[in-house]
Amino acid sequence: MTSILFYIFAVFVLGAGLFVVLNRNPIYSVVGLVFAFMNLAAMYFLLEAYFIGILQVLIYAGAIMVLFLFVVMLLNVQPDKPRPGLVHLDRWWYALMALVFVGVFLVLVGEGTRMLLTSPAGEAIQTGNVASVGEALFTQYLLPFEIASLLLTVALVGTVFLAKRKV
Amino acid sequence: MMDTFDLLAILIKVVAVFAIILVLIIASIIAERRVAGFMQYRLGPNRVGPLGFFQPFADALKFLLKEDIIPDQVNRPLYLLAPVITMIPAFMTFAVIPFGAPLEIAGRTVALQVADLNIGVLYILALTSVGVYGLVLAGWSSGSKYPLLGGLRSSAQLISYELAMGLAIIGIIMISGGLTLTEIVAHQQATSWNFWKQPLAALIFLVAMYAETNRLPFDLTEAEQELVGGYHTEYSSFKFMMFFMSEYSNMITASAFMVCLFFGGWDIPFVDEAALGNLGVILSVLAFFAKVVGFLFLYILVRWTLPRFRYDQLMRLGWKVLLPLGLLNVFVVGLWMAVTA
Repeated sequence: MTSILFYIFAVFVLGAGLFVVLNRNPIYSVVGLVFAFMNLAAMYFLLEAYFIGILQVLIYAGAIMVLFLFVVMLLNVQPDKPRPGLVHLDRWWYALMALVFVGVFLVLVGEGTRMLLTSPAGEAIQTGNVASVGEALFTQYLLPFEIASLLLTVALVGTVFLAKRKV
Repeated sequence: MMDTFDLLAILIKVVAVFAIILVLIIASIIAERRVAGFMQYRLGPNRVGPLGFFQPFADALKFLLKEDIIPDQVNRPLYLLAPVITMIPAFMTFAVIPFGAPLEIAGRTVALQVADLNIGVLYILALTSVGVYGLVLAGWSSGSKYPLLGGLRSSAQLISYELAMGLAIIGIIMISGGLTLTEIVAHQQATSWNFWKQPLAALIFLVAMYAETNRLPFDLTEAEQELVGGYHTEYSSFKFMMFFMSEYSNMITASAFMVCLFFGGWDIPFVDEAALGNLGVILSVLAFFAKVVGFLFLYILVRWTLPRFRYDQLMRLGWKVLLPLGLLNVFVVGLWMAVTA
């Protein structure tokens, strides 16, 4: 049952991802990305990591993508016109990027499988609920957590400064 | 593991909750129009059925029979999708709300709640934030100026007030020690209603709740005098009805959420429901819905009493008043917990 659901969601995630990349209309791409995030959240639910799953919906699908949509709508980005032929240089550039992507992908898959095979089975169930995530954030990873929040604050202040300079 | 009894119980609960929401939607629509008539010293709809009670059914029939106009300039796929995106989260949110004490049937306990997720509160917030897409996409895909403005306003407004709402809830989660609404209600039963402990959080939540459901005094996404109908200007017939029902469904869920967080959920003050057996369960369900109806009535009263905020006032209230107050509330609760612990 779980594995059937997993494959259904996986197909949806990949399909939505392709839709995002291949579509020429930016608004459709944003909607496709939201759909991909939803299915990713569903996969977290299948892993019983409810907290991570709901954060995926709340933060990525709910907040960040709304801002994406907001910006795309405000700038009124027109659908990209199909180009007659790719420039010679472009084609090499695309091939290089594709190679880099495949390399990174393979490394991630290999590393993920290794971690999956070596980590104890009991530990995986515990991760992903609110208490364990909170405890890890505020003890073991307190410093990175605080640095990340400081970075975000700096980014926020910087954005306001840049945007409001003329006022 | 799940057996036939559990499966049947879940099915019955799903159907029952859906039916309850529909009945409440119908009741609040007619109540809104009648109360508006009463408050404005006029009659209001009173022709269909006794005292006009069947007016919503006549309206629904009218929506179904009217021509469904799709304007030429719309972006068709998204225009058709937007009402659905609005409606599905609006009806899904109620699933985690406990609406009564656990029921005892044939020696088995049935929790009166569709799904007791261990992250119930976050589930509601997540679905509310997904509901924004319906409004934004409806505004954009309609391909005309007024809906676009309505859609842009709604996305900014909903994101801003979600913050204040979240901060108000954090104070409650801190003292309850759990993210499920069942735990929050149980904690209030064991001690006292959260409203008495955190009236400031309750006030922030109440204000944010009106903004989140796009109701007056914060209905800037629709603002008839400025934007015709806001995001749903270009919608007609059944699609308009879907937006309309989502608005009322959101109001019901927001009221129920408020009752669970601050007004004891299904708790009846000074009564031990558990001692009364299944009679207590029935009373608790009635108490819960009485409270919800009370908040729906408050929605209606506020709508016909307060004028609309201006957009800059709305943003100022959200970011410069409610957000600092919410942070203050969290700080004070933390301090109090540190001192008493």
